[in-house]
Amino acid sequence: MGAPTASGTASPHQNGTATTSASWSVEVVYRGIFQKRLANRISRGVVLGARKEGKVGTAFARYGDSPERNGIPAKNFAVVATDEVQLESSLARYEPESVDVSIVVDDTMCKGVESWAWYGVQPINKLVVPGGSLVVTSDKQPDELLRAVKVKPYAYNLVVVPSPVHAGVFAPEGSASFAGLWVDNDDNTDFKCLVAVARVAPQILTLDSVLDIVRERTNDEARVKAVRAIYDQIKIRHVEPGEGSTVDHEEYQKPGWTQMREGIVVEAMQVGTRNPLYKKWSTRTRRPLVNFDTCIKCTQCWLQCPDECFEVTPEGTYEVVYEACIGCSICEEVCPVPDCITMVNELAFDNNDNLYPMYASDPEGYRRFLQQHGIALHPELIDKAKKTPAVHQQPDYPSKKQKQPVVTGGEE
Amino acid sequence: MVIAVPPHTTSNAARPKKFEEEELLLTGSEAIAHALRLADVDIVGAYPIRPYDAVMQAVAAMIADGKMDCEYIVAEGEHSQFELVKHASAVGARSFVGSSGVGWFYAFEAIAVTAGLRLPVVANVGNRALDDPGAFGVEHNDALAVRDLGWLMTWVETGQEAFDAAVIAYKVAEDPRVMLPCAVSTDGAFLTHSQHLVKIPPREVVEQFLPKYDLGDRLFHPDNPITIAPQVDQDWLTEIRKQNDAAMRRAPDVIREAYREYYELTGRQREPFVEEYMTDDADYVLVGQGTIAMPGRVIVRRLREQGHKVGFARLKWFRPFPADEIVERLGRFKGVGIIDRDYSFGSPHHGGVLFTEFRAAFYDSPKRPAMINIIGGLGGREFTAADGQEMFNLLQQATAGELKTNVHWIGVRE
Repeated sequence: MGAPTASGTASPHQNGTATTSASWSVEVVYRGIFQKRLANRISRGVVLGARKEGKVGTAFARYGDSPERNGIPAKNFAVVATDEVQLESSLARYEPESVDVSIVVDDTMCKGVESWAWYGVQPINKLVVPGGSLVVTSDKQPDELLRAVKVKPYAYNLVVVPSPVHAGVFAPEGSASFAGLWVDNDDNTDFKCLVAVARVAPQILTLDSVLDIVRERTNDEARVKAVRAIYDQIKIRHVEPGEGSTVDHEEYQKPGWTQMREGIVVEAMQVGTRNPLYKKWSTRTRRPLVNFDTCIKCTQCWLQCPDECFEVTPEGTYEVVYEACIGCSICEEVCPVPDCITMVNELAFDNNDNLYPMYASDPEGYRRFLQQHGIALHPELIDKAKKTPAVHQQPDYPSKKQKQPVVTGGEE
Repeated sequence: MVIAVPPHTTSNAARPKKFEEEELLLTGSEAIAHALRLADVDIVGAYPIRPYDAVMQAVAAMIADGKMDCEYIVAEGEHSQFELVKHASAVGARSFVGSSGVGWFYAFEAIAVTAGLRLPVVANVGNRALDDPGAFGVEHNDALAVRDLGWLMTWVETGQEAFDAAVIAYKVAEDPRVMLPCAVSTDGAFLTHSQHLVKIPPREVVEQFLPKYDLGDRLFHPDNPITIAPQVDQDWLTEIRKQNDAAMRRAPDVIREAYREYYELTGRQREPFVEEYMTDDADYVLVGQGTIAMPGRVIVRRLREQGHKVGFARLKWFRPFPADEIVERLGRFKGVGIIDRDYSFGSPHHGGVLFTEFRAAFYDSPKRPAMINIIGGLGGREFTAADGQEMFNLLQQATAGELKTNVHWIGVRE
């Protein structure tokens, strides 16, 4: 059974066959609410597929993620074992400390995830064991995803589950997010993820078991065939130790009972400051880009943003504090100027820096940057826009509390 | 005047034919919903609160799909929810109700009266920490708060046991010798929302096991001129309470019978009160109720690998507290560690609820093992293997007389 470890789980990544005793864990990382059913179907599929091979298993959502919020990363798990004793040993820690396969159903989460359920941003591949697999639904190539995925000190596999890109259907062309989030629910994403598991970890469940599940759920041989075809299309990218993003995220230390305030009292934010601990940016799949040339300083974005993410530039225009932005796109909706605010895919960015400094130091470069994201510049609107009066002032830009303050002063 | 009520059919105790069971991947809550379906419950009083509300959702889906036929009433709050099932029970309807945490507390008045009126309502308590602060994680204090009032109380560990216990609950509660409400507790999240493989027997098997609900001459009906619960004074309460006491004293035998019959029928639930694991040659035993048993067994196996003689005992019924069983079974060990997933501030030695009750059970016994209390897992925090090691170390030290105190909180950040 393996030597007792300091952690609660049995030794991970056991390549047992049906005759030896072993257990395996699979997690599904998904965007809350939108992809809740998808994640549940995948984790149930793992257990029910493995069951066809005589294994036992349990599926469950992460307790701490409840209640889910739109888009905030959440997790589902499936733990499978050859026998009840092994299953118990794996479940002794209700939430797995490590997984053989991590399935990510929205690729913008590759940048890291901050959930209700823990503090601070965690790498998307945090739980993946040595030699395990990170399976990502995406239309991007593995190398592009690896620019965002945190490095690990050991090798593992990256698998991209191919997706159709539905240009013009709700999401702009090139958007990687799909299945439950952007396109029709019924596009086989759940089955494709199960096929990916069968591809990288057939000891958990085989392709035949997956196809049986497809057959049972859909009663449609054409679908079975389509899903079967995915199996051969899946490419496994071996990831070396040290390959990936080296961006570090702050870790949060939980206080002890002697340090906490009595009476369940928590510090609140002072007016005009931002929460230093909880940033929420990992909720977003797209971020707004501002065309500072054509902004007419109408203040609508600043006013309507539910998280007060806009700050005033020295020109009286508005820029986004990306640490706080959750990508709700209300700003894009309310901006009256064509293409002045445009939502673009988040995966293209590897930091949360404000962008006005780039515009101020190199306006031409910034315009090219917007164009690279497919944004029309509308040069005919610039003159009029520059003549509009500023409503707000930010006296000390960049403000000393750049990450914190909402603009005060000026008329509203 | 005696009215014609449906005949009281006794269950068929003959050995059954073998039967096929359907295996489904269900949450503990869904498993209970299936039990209600097969028990042919007449009325479900519903009001949503996490995590028990998974049961009401599953029942609603079954009714909508035509798989279950019962009255489904969503009240405007838990107080009304529990009142209405109490009254439904009084008019002869097999009733189900459920809640969690503060929702359960909102129904407190009705909860007290249900037991006082000797009405066999079955309730699911999806154990949840009490607000504030809002936390969905498991603590047992919600259900435990009613422990003095005359409710039967059982804690289950798996989805399978949730199904089995819900069926058994009706059998025991509705037995004419008992006629007390029964709370079936399921640990929030860990059992209410995790999906297990559960075997569901055919309807006929459950029908064979469960006689029809029969209030006899207590049936509240115009043809039966009775009044329920008139105003009383000091001349009456003592005797009324004494009747409840007697019913609760009769309950252990009824529970034993029910489990024996269920075991013969399904091959499951052999042990009514205490489930022991690796205790045969143990010197030390850890004790708990609910889902703690799973990490408990894993902890025991790891300690055994290190050469320690340790076992785990899971308490299945908290009310009636099986004191005789406990004393007989646990008295033979050197040291017993009672794990409380609850708190009881200001209690003797500041111990948890189980600890205090276990010690009370042992007071007169000549064989009293060393006994410590482990308080932990509150708010849904997990018990880890490291915690298990710490628990065992404390138990060993206590048994050797090396500890000044016997109540220990584990896993606390200092």
